[in-house]
Order: sequence, then structure tokens, then C-alpha cells
Amino acid sequence: MAQYIFLTLAALSILTALGMVFSKNPVHSVLYLILTFFVIAGQYILLNAQFLAVVHIIVYAGAIMVLFLFVLMLLNLSKETEPQKSTTWKISACIAAGMLLVTMVGALRGGIQVNIPENASGKVGLVENLGMVLFTDFVVPFEIAGILFLAAMVGAVLVGKRDLQV
Amino acid sequence: MSLILLYSLGLIFEKAVLIIVLFVVTLGVAAYATYGERKIAAFFQDRLGPSNAGPWGLLQPIADGVKMFTKEDFVPNQSERWIYVLAPGAFIFVALMASAVIPWGTTLTLGGLNWSLQVADVNIGILYVVGLASLGVYGIMLGGWASNNKFSLYGAIRASSQMISYELAMGLSLIAIVMLSGSLSLKTIVEQQSGMWNVVYQPLGFILFLTCALAECNRAPFDMAECETELIGGYHTEYSAMKLGMFLFAEYINMFISCTVISCIYFGGYHFPGLDPNWLGGLLGPIILLSKSFFFIFVFMWIRWTLPRFRYDQLMHLGWKSLIPLAIVNMMLTGAGILWLGK
Repeated sequence: MAQYIFLTLAALSILTALGMVFSKNPVHSVLYLILTFFVIAGQYILLNAQFLAVVHIIVYAGAIMVLFLFVLMLLNLSKETEPQKSTTWKISACIAAGMLLVTMVGALRGGIQVNIPENASGKVGLVENLGMVLFTDFVVPFEIAGILFLAAMVGAVLVGKRDLQV
Repeated sequence: MSLILLYSLGLIFEKAVLIIVLFVVTLGVAAYATYGERKIAAFFQDRLGPSNAGPWGLLQPIADGVKMFTKEDFVPNQSERWIYVLAPGAFIFVALMASAVIPWGTTLTLGGLNWSLQVADVNIGILYVVGLASLGVYGIMLGGWASNNKFSLYGAIRASSQMISYELAMGLSLIAIVMLSGSLSLKTIVEQQSGMWNVVYQPLGFILFLTCALAECNRAPFDMAECETELIGGYHTEYSAMKLGMFLFAEYINMFISCTVISCIYFGGYHFPGLDPNWLGGLLGPIILLSKSFFFIFVFMWIRWTLPRFRYDQLMHLGWKSLIPLAIVNMMLTGAGILWLGK
């Protein structure tokens, strides 16, 4: 049963991701990307990581994609008559992205072997255990990430200020 | 094997019945909230309100429904047709989803069977509600954008920036509740309030949450999204017939769900001093919760017909410069209280 759900979700995620890449209209691309996020959240739930799934939805689908849509609507980029990039650009972008793909596949193939215990009591992803691990084993990276976010927020406020006097 | 199958079939049946009942109750409450709103508005303005359809105008929501369904369904020529049609559906879908995690009562004993009165006790119930609130913005945004009308677009952009801004303060005021109860599950939070309601510990958090809930539901004094005097009808200017009906209906559903969530996290859910929610075979719990919820719906309407609308910059100032700092202060006070007073 879980196998079939996984396969359906995987196929759906690939389809929606392709739809996102191949849509001519940027707003349609954003909508496809939102669908992709939902399908991936489904995969998290399948792994019993409900917290991760709901945070994924809140952060990506609920906040970041709303801002994307916002910018698209404000700048009215929805026209299909936007100036297209030249063929040289397209080919070089393809090559660059392809090389990134090759590098990632090469790095991940046999490189990282995480021993995930089979159905480790089904509670690994629950919020209590996640919080426990974050605040004990991984407390330093967690705090560093927090400082990084703070710095990014201060930077964003500075950039957003209209008349900046340094 | 067959026993397990039988058990899971029974579970599916139980949940399906509960979901259908919840669906009907939510739609019914939303329909009669429109009637209540008209009657309350009339009372506040010294009028009579709807009085022709049925005794005391009680059939007015049905008359409205018939009107909505039979009107001409108009689609603007230059619109993004698919998104235009999907947007109201997405909006009402998100609005209806939230009732799944609300604990409506303990267990109901009916026909010798025990019916659990919560569709899904997920251990991240509060985050689920917040997530749905953050998804609610899509119906408005897409509807406003797809109509290809500048007033709709203005309405959509105002509504979505307002909802994004107030979500932050809402989430921050919820964190204080999560700190107090040590759980994200709505059921646990309600269970812990059998003695003392959370509003006693969190008066500031409650006021912040109520304000944000008003803004999230696009209710006056925060009804920037439709602001008739400036934007004609806001994001649903170009909508007609039942598509418009779905937008309006979803707003009333949102109001009902927000009021129920407020009752659950700040006012003890199905608990009431001196009353056991298990009385009447468990039916008293839902009755208590619904009464609290109706009271808050009345408060929402009371606010709407008393306060004038904010100006747009005042709205943003209130959200970012008052509510968010206050919510952070509230969070710190709660932390200090837990640390030194032990709750």
C-alpha cells in the first residue's frame, strides 16, 4: 500500500516539476511549483515526519511562493511576450545545470550511506523527537543557522530602507 | 486478517460519517451566520433586517442560495479562464479543511458505539491550522489576478499583503500557547484547560490572536480586500453567481473556524466550569464548544458594525510595528513566567 502511494507521489512530483519548467506563463510555473511542494509534503507524511511536512507547506507553499506570485503580479510578468533569451544563453544554461546534476549524482552515489533504521518505532519524525535532537546533538549548527537568519533579516531590512544613510 | 480489515473499514466509516456531519454543520452555521450578520447589523442600526422570507426572515439564507445558483454565471473575456474558475474552489476547499483537527468533544455514545469527535488527532494540530491560514491567501490572489481587472488586482494584492503580515503576529502569539501547554496537538491543549482556561495566563496573547484572526478573515475593520468605497468589490469584483457565492461563503466558514479555534486554544474548548462534557452521552461537549464559538462570531460582528475601517498604511503600521513587537514581548513574558513561576 505504502509502496503504491510512494510511486504515485513520485510520478506526480516529476510531472508537476516538469510542468513548472515547461510552462510559458510564469504564474502557471509558480502554481506547478506549489503543487510539487504539496506532493513532496505527502512524501514526508509517508515517512511519518508530520512536522517537517507541515513546516514545508507553511514556509514554501504558504510564504515563499506567495511572495513569488506577489512579485509576478506587481511586475505583471505574466505576458508570454516577454523578451526571450538568445539561443546561446539557453544552451549555456542547459550545460551548466546539466553539470550541476552530474556533480550531485556523482556526489550522492554511494557517497552518503545513512543507515535509516527500518520503521524506527515510527516516531523519528515526530516533533518531540525532532526538537530533542535539534537541541542536544545539533545545538551548535542550529544556533549558527539562527544567527545566519538574523543576519539575513537585518540585511533585508537595510536593503529595503529607501533613503539609506550609512 | 479479516478482523483487521473489518476494524479499518469501521474506522473509515466512522470518520466518513463524522466528516459529513461536520461538513453539513459548517455549511449550515456559515449560511445562518449571514442571516445573523444581517439581523445584528439591523439591530445595531435600528432597523428590522430580513423579515419577509419565512417567520422572522429565517428562510433568508435559502433564498440567497437560490438566487446565487440561478444567476447568470459570467466569465470575463480576457480572464485566465482555468485559474479564474479554480480560485473560488481553492478558497472554499482550504476553508473547509481546518475543521478536521478541531476536537469537537470527547466521545459520543450513540447506538451502543463510541464515536470519537475529532476527525484526526494529528500531533501538529496548531501548525496545520496555521498552514491552512497561510494557504487561504491563494484563492484571493489567484481570483483577483485571473479576473484581469485592475480593481481586482489591487484588492488581491492588498488582501495578500495583509494576510502575510498578520500571519506573523498570529504565529508568534500561538508560540506562547505552545510553550504553556508543551504540545502542538489541539486535543492536548484543550484537555489541559479542564481546570483553568488559557486566557487567564495569556490575556495579551488572546487579544493579539483575536486581532490577527479578524485580519485573516478579512473582516472589518480590516476588510481592505473588498473595501467597497475604494475598490468597487475588491478581489471578487468580476465574479458572479455561485463563484461569488463561494467566496462569500468561504469567508463565513473562515470566521466560524477561527472562532472555534479561539474557543479551543484560549477558552477551554468543550470544557465549562461545573459541566462535564461527557453528559448527554457526550453531546454536551460539542454544544459547549459551539456556544462559545457562536459567542465569538457575535463578537466579530459586533466589532464589524462598531469600528470604522482602517486606512491601509495604518493597517500595516498596526501589524508590523505594534502587534509583532507585542507578540514577542508576550512570548518573552511567558518564557519568564514558566521559568520562575513554574506556570
